[in-house]
Formats: sequence, C-alpha cells, structure tokens
Amino acid sequence: MTSTALRSRAWKLLEMVTTPLLPSDYLDLVSPLRAGADLRGRIEAVHPETGDAATIVIRPGRGWRGHTAGQYVRIGIDVDGVRLWRAYSLTSPTNRQDGRITITVKAIPDGKVSNHLVRRAKPGTLIQLDQPTGDFVLPQAKPAKVLYLTAGSGITPVMGMLRDTEFDDVVMVHCAPQPQDVIFRSELHDLVADKKLRLTEVHTDTDGMLDIARLDELVPDWAERETWACGPAGLLDTAEKHWSEHGVLERLHTERFRPTIVVAGDGGEVTFSATGKTVDADGATPLLDIGEEAGVLMPSGCRMGICFGCVTPLKAGAVRDLRTGEITEAEPGVLIQTCVSAAAGPCDIER
Amino acid sequence: MTAIDPTAHLTAEQIEELGRELDAIRDEVIAGRGEKDAAYIRKVISAQRTLELVSRGVLLFSIFPPAWLLGTAGLSVAKIMDNMEIGHNILHGQWDWMRDPKIHSTTWEWDHVSPSEQWKHSHNELHHTYTNVIGKDNDLGYGIMRVDEDQRWHPIHLGQPLWNFINACFFEYGIAAYDLELGKNLHKRRRKNPEFRARAKAVGRKIRKQVLKDYVIHPLLSGPSFLPTLAATFTANLVRNIWSHSVIMCGHFPEGVQVFERRSIKGETRGQWYLRQMMGSANISGSKAMHFMTGNLSHQIEHHLFPDLPSNRYAEVAVKVRALFEKYELEYVTGPLPKQVFSAWHKVVRLSLPNKKPKVKTPDRAQELVAA
Ligand code: FES
Repeated sequence: MTSTALRSRAWKLLEMVTTPLLPSDYLDLVSPLRAGADLRGRIEAVHPETGDAATIVIRPGRGWRGHTAGQYVRIGIDVDGVRLWRAYSLTSPTNRQDGRITITVKAIPDGKVSNHLVRRAKPGTLIQLDQPTGDFVLPQAKPAKVLYLTAGSGITPVMGMLRDTEFDDVVMVHCAPQPQDVIFRSELHDLVADKKLRLTEVHTDTDGMLDIARLDELVPDWAERETWACGPAGLLDTAEKHWSEHGVLERLHTERFRPTIVVAGDGGEVTFSATGKTVDADGATPLLDIGEEAGVLMPSGCRMGICFGCVTPLKAGAVRDLRTGEITEAEPGVLIQTCVSAAAGPCDIER
Repeated sequence: MTAIDPTAHLTAEQIEELGRELDAIRDEVIAGRGEKDAAYIRKVISAQRTLELVSRGVLLFSIFPPAWLLGTAGLSVAKIMDNMEIGHNILHGQWDWMRDPKIHSTTWEWDHVSPSEQWKHSHNELHHTYTNVIGKDNDLGYGIMRVDEDQRWHPIHLGQPLWNFINACFFEYGIAAYDLELGKNLHKRRRKNPEFRARAKAVGRKIRKQVLKDYVIHPLLSGPSFLPTLAATFTANLVRNIWSHSVIMCGHFPEGVQVFERRSIKGETRGQWYLRQMMGSANISGSKAMHFMTGNLSHQIEHHLFPDLPSNRYAEVAVKVRALFEKYELEYVTGPLPKQVFSAWHKVVRLSLPNKKPKVKTPDRAQELVAA
C-alpha cells in the first residue's frame, strides 16, 4: 500500500473515532494554523499608518501558498460576532523573512470591517484567509521603465510591488487629499532619498483632482513606461481613455476596488439564479411566496420564521426582514430565511 | 383539557398588544446580539470538546474503577452538553447570525442517532409550529401516550408508564424513530416509499457510525479496558437519554400546561400564537448550572416564544416575559426539576387509567374571540 493510501486509511479510522465531528474539529482546538487546516491567520500586530489607515501584520497558517506582489487576499473576520469577508491588497514583500504577511487598510466611512481592523483589531485574533489572487502583478521580464499611478488606498498593491521588486527607473504619481493622508509617506520619501524612486505627490485638497493631461509635464515619457494604476474608478476611467487615445493601452495595467454599493429599496427584481427565473417582487411579500408563485421549488417549513427550514443563499442584492425591518446584504456565506424576507431592491436567490 | 380556558379573560386587543410587547422583547435581544454572545457559544463548544476528549482519554484506563467513574461522569456531561446547550440550540438557528459555517444550523451534526436534518423537520417545524395541538404536535406523548383526559382511553394505555420509561432509557432511538414517523411508515405500502427509504437509510448510517464509535472503536482502543469502556459509554448514553427525556417532559407535560384542539388554531394571529406558546410550555427553576445542563430548556416558555434567540439570553428574557404573564394574569408554570418531573410522571400514570369524560368542553378560543 502506498503511503498516501495508508494515510487516508488512518484518517478514515480517525473519523470513526471522532464522529459526528471531524478530527480537525479537535485539532483546531490546539493548532488552528497547522498544515491541512482550513486556511486561517493570526493577527500579530497593528501599526497605525495615518489617522485612518493601519497595517495589519498576519501570520498565515501553514497552508498559505505565498503571493505575487500586487495581489490581494480575502479575509474573514468577526465583527460584533458576525463573520464578514473583505478583500485587501497585500503590502508585504513576497520574500519577507519571518513569513508574515501584511495588509494595509484605510477606514472608510461606515465601513464595518475597515473601521474594525484599523481601530479595534487586537493582536492574537484569529481570522479566516483565502489564498491570494488577482492579476494586477508585475511581469516576469523586468520592464526598463515603470510608472505607478495611484490615488488614496490605491497605493496599497503598488506598495507591495515597490517593496518586492527594484527597477532601474521608477516614477510614482500619487494623489491624496493632504500630505498627512499619504499612506507609507516616510517610507516613500526614504526610497526617494536613496534614489530608488521618483515621486510626485498630488494633494487634491490644494491642487485639485489630477488632470490626466498634466502627465506630459509630470512624467514626460509616461507613454514609454509600463504602468500600473490603482485608485478610484474615475481616475482609472480617464487613464484608460488617455492611454488608449495614445495607442499604448497595452502598457497600462489597472486594478479596480469594486465597492459593492447596495441601495436598499422597497421591492425589486428577484432572480432565482439556479432556476433562471426573474420576477418582480414588492417589498412586503415574502420571497418564499414570490418564488413559489414563479414556480421555483422553494424549501419551506413553518412559514413564520421559526424553523429555519427555508434558508437559502443570498447571492446578490439586499433583503429586508419583515419582522424587524433589518436589511441583509449579499455576502459570501449569507443565508436568508425566505419566509420572512422580502426584496429590498434587486436581489439574487440561489434557487 | 382543562374545563376552564385560562385565557378567557383576555380580549382580542389585549392578545395583540401582548404579541407586540413580546415582539419588542425579541427585537431588543436581536439588536444587542454581538461579540459576547459569539464568544459564549465558542467557549461552550471548545469546553465540550475538551471534556469529551479528556473523558475518553481517561476511559482508556477504565479498568481502574476511579478512572471508570471519572471518565463516565465526564462523558455523560459532555454528551449532555453536545445535545442540549450546543446541538439543540444550533439546530434551531440560534447562532446562524454569526455566519460561521462551522456553527450553523445547516452544517451541524450532533452526537445523536437522529440525523440533524430529520430532527430539524420534526422538531423545529412540526413541534414548534403546532406546539401542544393535539393531533398535530406529536411531541405530546410522542404518539405512544395518552396525554389528555379528552382522548379516548384504550386498555393499551395501561402500559404507558412502562413505554415512557423505556423511551427515557433509549430516548435517542425513540427520537430517531419518531422523526422517521416509524409507526405510520411501517404500515403496508408506505414502507416502499422512496422518500421514507432514503430517510431510513440516513438514520441507519448514523446509527452505524454512532454504535461503531461508542461500542466498538473506543472500547477496542482501550485494549484491556475493553469491557469497562463499553460499559462506560453505555452508561453515559443512558444518563444523557434519561436526563434529556426528563428535561423535555418538563417542557410541556407538567400539570397546568394547556393543550389545544386542532380547530382552535385556525386563522391564529401572531398574538394568539404567542399566547399558545405561553400556555403550552413550562419552565424549570434552578441554578445557573441547572439551566446550562438543560441547554436552557429550563426556560422552555421563553424558548417557545423565541426559538431562534441565542440560548444564553433566555435568562434575561425570562424576567421580562414573566412580568408579562403577571400583567396579563396568566399562570407561569415553573418549579424545581424534581417537582416538575414528578408532576409529568404523575400525569403519565394518571392518564394510563380511564377517566370520566370532562363535563365542560374546552371553549373554542377562536370563536370566543369573534364574540368578544
Ligand atoms: S419556513 Fe420556517 S423559518 Fe422559514
């Protein structure tokens, strides 16, 4: 018998010992970061960067496969007891000696997770991790000249790149409201002092928004540079237009943070994505009834919110709890009780 | 059924007002749910796992009587925790709001021969929706007992104290059979129904795993302590079964708890539904440890009003609920465990004997309300 077959036998036996739980349920008690466990990480430190941004140092579990500079990672963290998932760019270099990774988070107004991470997260906290992903990365072959065009927290994936790979000729144009809002400012200035980076800061409170035409004056050879741009959609849209007008679009790489803005309304178009049906729903009829009327096979039970026999994944949009008025927005892993939830705007129910 | 309807003094408006007041209590807890509650259930789960692990470890040496005693006691408590404070409550969706897939009603499996999926249907859906409605809520007497003076007596009922005792000892199997609606399904052609067969198979699988673990694998692992470990797990299962059976009997069976006729729930309003839960449940009074070991089902009344609120909140909710009972002049049935257990058993024995038909029929609440 091969060793893998042997190991899987042994594991089967262990499962018989621990049924109905799994061996991992017990191992998690002592070693949540071990190899083979669900991927998790432990927050080891929180370093303030600016008034509303902080860098979180995370020790990832043994299953972490490592990242490429510029990628992001999804983390799941419990805020007020509720697990919430968000994606953040990795800001640590890929060859960090101690094996830790960092994300740098800017607290956005009303952002549950970002505010929690920046202001309340404590070292020692266990978080859930996904493997890193994203194709906003540097190429294998080093380009001769590089331009980084960033704004606000769009600097975070680029910082991961700057810390990871040195180029001979790097220019950065970064926009932030005021000097003190520039994340990593002193580190950037150190790089400038070491002649490893040429930096232009645009302070939008005083200078106004960056006019893309000014690039000719700030970085005269911008069109020759391999460019990575990250920031608000407005900036990226104008950049894409500008680069394409000059016929050099293939040199521009962009990363968009898509804030999912859900407008909670009263009723909306409901999609039952597994069945492929779309119907209009008002804000007062339970989604269970809406689905059944549309001929979708809906699981149900008590029809009054007590048995949890009707829970179904909410894939997109928002619903309102008809008992409390509470709004639930779609997020990975969010299940709703269809018998007491009504559409609060367009939504997608996995049935 | 009692001759006099204990809710007859309430007007329709009062009942709806009561419903609104209960809704407000519920909303307040929901708004306040948070980090502390999540930490609570996580702590209970890891305590249970540690206790089970340690107890099973000690039982490896159960050939020595003190180890046997210690291990058996620990395992009994661990099994009770698994079924009561953890399993029952998670399967009610009480912790779904945490969005932790590991502590969720859709993924949880418990140390019990009834698969959680089936139990959720018969318990959460049937029992909690039709609480104490004769003919609809089979939890009343589990379909094997006579639970009300109004029900017709047959000589077979003479045996019900014995059934009840046997059911207590093998409660988890009783529940599995009950969740399968075995009595009904073993008849004639029903046995062949593919849906029933699939469910029966699932139960079979679960039983095999549970039995293999408790009565084969762990004893084998104990080597020379094979027999003592076997006896220990059997004892722990017995203790857990008798304990949960007792607690559950106290929930709806003691004297003073009302049962309802099928027609009385037609067109029931939210207020009336709440009222039925209030009159159809009974509590157990006692210490914090007592509440914990019953999985907070000692707060059965509160649990039936709000089955999906986190169990650790029932104690604080109980204070407010009790105040409402007083305000609306309703009887809050509660008492210490021995008293409630005795009361429930007393009823089982009493109803095993024939009785005169009660002279006054239960008033039909729905009709009365129309008149009021
Ligand atoms: S059908 Fe029972 S909770 Fe929705």
